[in-house]
Amino acid sequence: MPDPTIVAGIDPVPGVAKPDAILVADGVKRRFGGLTAVDVAHFEVQRNTITALIGPNGAGKSTFFNLLTGFDQAQEGTGTFDGQPLRGMPPAKVARAGMVRTFQLTKALEGMSVMENMRLGAQDQPGENFFTAFVPPLWRAREREITEQAHELLHRFKLYEKRDDSAGSLSGGQRKLLEMARALMSKPTMVMLDEPMAGVNPALTESLLDHIIELKEEGMTVLFVEHDMHMVRRISDWVAVMAQGKLIAEGPAGSVMQNEAVQDAYLGAHHDTDLGEDL
Amino acid sequence: MDLLIDALGESFAPATAAFAIAAIGLNFHFGLTGLLNMGQAGFMLLGMYGYAISIRNGLPIWAAILIAMGTAIVFGAILGWPTLKLKGDYLSIVTIAAAEIVRYAGRSQTFVNLTGASVGIRGNEYKGPFEDLSPFPDERITVLWWTYHGSASNSWWLRLVAWTFVGLMLLVFWRLSRSPWGRVLKGIREDEDAVRSLGKNVYWYKMQALIIGGVIGALGGVIWSLGNSVQPDSMGRATTFWIWTLLLLGGAATVFGPVVGSIVFWTALSLVKGLAKLFIPESIMPSTVIEPFALMLVGVTLMLLVIFRPQGLLGNKKELAFHA
Ligand SMILES: Nc1ncnc2c1ncn2[C@@H]1O[C@H](COP(=O)(O)OP(=O)(O)OP(=O)(O)O)[C@@H](O)[C@H]1O
Ligand SMILES: [Mg+2]
Repeated sequence: MPDPTIVAGIDPVPGVAKPDAILVADGVKRRFGGLTAVDVAHFEVQRNTITALIGPNGAGKSTFFNLLTGFDQAQEGTGTFDGQPLRGMPPAKVARAGMVRTFQLTKALEGMSVMENMRLGAQDQPGENFFTAFVPPLWRAREREITEQAHELLHRFKLYEKRDDSAGSLSGGQRKLLEMARALMSKPTMVMLDEPMAGVNPALTESLLDHIIELKEEGMTVLFVEHDMHMVRRISDWVAVMAQGKLIAEGPAGSVMQNEAVQDAYLGAHHDTDLGEDL
Repeated sequence: MDLLIDALGESFAPATAAFAIAAIGLNFHFGLTGLLNMGQAGFMLLGMYGYAISIRNGLPIWAAILIAMGTAIVFGAILGWPTLKLKGDYLSIVTIAAAEIVRYAGRSQTFVNLTGASVGIRGNEYKGPFEDLSPFPDERITVLWWTYHGSASNSWWLRLVAWTFVGLMLLVFWRLSRSPWGRVLKGIREDEDAVRSLGKNVYWYKMQALIIGGVIGALGGVIWSLGNSVQPDSMGRATTFWIWTLLLLGGAATVFGPVVGSIVFWTALSLVKGLAKLFIPESIMPSTVIEPFALMLVGVTLMLLVIFRPQGLLGNKKELAFHA
């Protein structure tokens, strides 16, 4: 359930400062040739909230994710995560700093089993060092911990029965779940989910929403991209709206959709977008 | 009958072992990591030069082997540094060119004192210390149907050492491919970006894979040179192509694939050549054409393999098939 108290008192205006921001982006610009895909003047994510990033297709949400997580480099702008400057930080380092992401186009490692996918998500496995790898006693104990943690997550994501199957044999929705579970193996402080619900069976989206709420209860911060406004309303404490690369609105889920700029952005581009029943 | 015995003799020949070792190296590149190294022969040739030149200059065997490995480390690092940051085919283009550069440098008169240019280095200039270590008598020995010299050149002693090396390399591959380190490489083979998003330094892992596979290739070269001589043209593009063939034949990403592939490949090649000599009259196919004919048959076999059994003899289709 969205918790209005965490974000109470924050002005619903784009770029507003948050009392305890874990992620800050400032003046971030990304151009592809003549197209400016992202042009965000200022954006902050409040710690330990679920924040939704919404916007019409092509608004620049995924590109913004790529910039924040080091998968793409902005031409201008700076950012910090938990106080560390993000500029020039390679993606692996961003992940090790505690900000992990999933991809809109799911990246399951298809030739590997579900368990191996999960294990790969863990950090601090000494056996990932070339020399240590030769000496199993140096990494077996950690491997057992990792395996246990993976089993627990797979139970939660209803993939336990599939643990020995190859990830390539999973359905599209199951791959989404696997990708999210795998990201959680690193015990991140912040998770960035790019359309986590896309293609997931409606019966499962319910529990997926519960999982996301659980992440918050465990102290994590969640920033996720989603097109389904019902889902967004159900779990988001705060919603940020992008259109044509810019951040055009921010606010609690209940009110942000009433914003005129948002309605223009959506209805201008997509007359058929379902903005939620009580618009 | 002689034909069959000859062909079976090929199955445990030193060259078969040398190619199996080089293919185990390539298995680190392609099988585990998905790297398209098209210059494995270059690594082998560097190993051969490293070993032969060191011995000729009076270094002990262990130092010569370390130098052979060291040259492969340096070569791998130089090749990997600019290419592994880039995606896709840059590595294959650079490795194919670099291996040719090594061969041309070896052939060139500039380094004739070191490499012997296109003539190469004769076996008796560097094989001595290795052959002196042989516990076998200095004469021809017959075991079952096969007669080879005990210690000199293409000997029982070399066979013993070569296959011991194969065993060692198999052990290294087996251990590493089933470790968390190997798991990261397999992840990179499947999707680099996914592995980055999980906090692994992909560039560094690819570098490690390129180097370890290249070092093993260089060791394959050392073994090969102990049964032959150091001759730059014996390690051309065709050699890299054979290594790929037998890796895919046996099954990439499997532990025993490279060894099975090498054994089947060389045995079959010898058998085909023997049969062709026996059954096709000289007037139709002169003996000079037999070698190319056999190789052509191998090429056809490879094509059929890629079409009908892309995972190779031992491979697992779900894990890794050759997507041409
Ligand atoms: N690598 C690229 N090269 C050129 N243009 C790109 C590239 N990546 C994104 N774009 C363009 O940038 C714009 C923003 O794309 P982006 O994928 O970030 O949108 P999005 O908000 O995630 O859309 P969706 O909701 O459809 O996923 C689009 O116009 C897209 O075509
Ligand atoms: Mg997107």
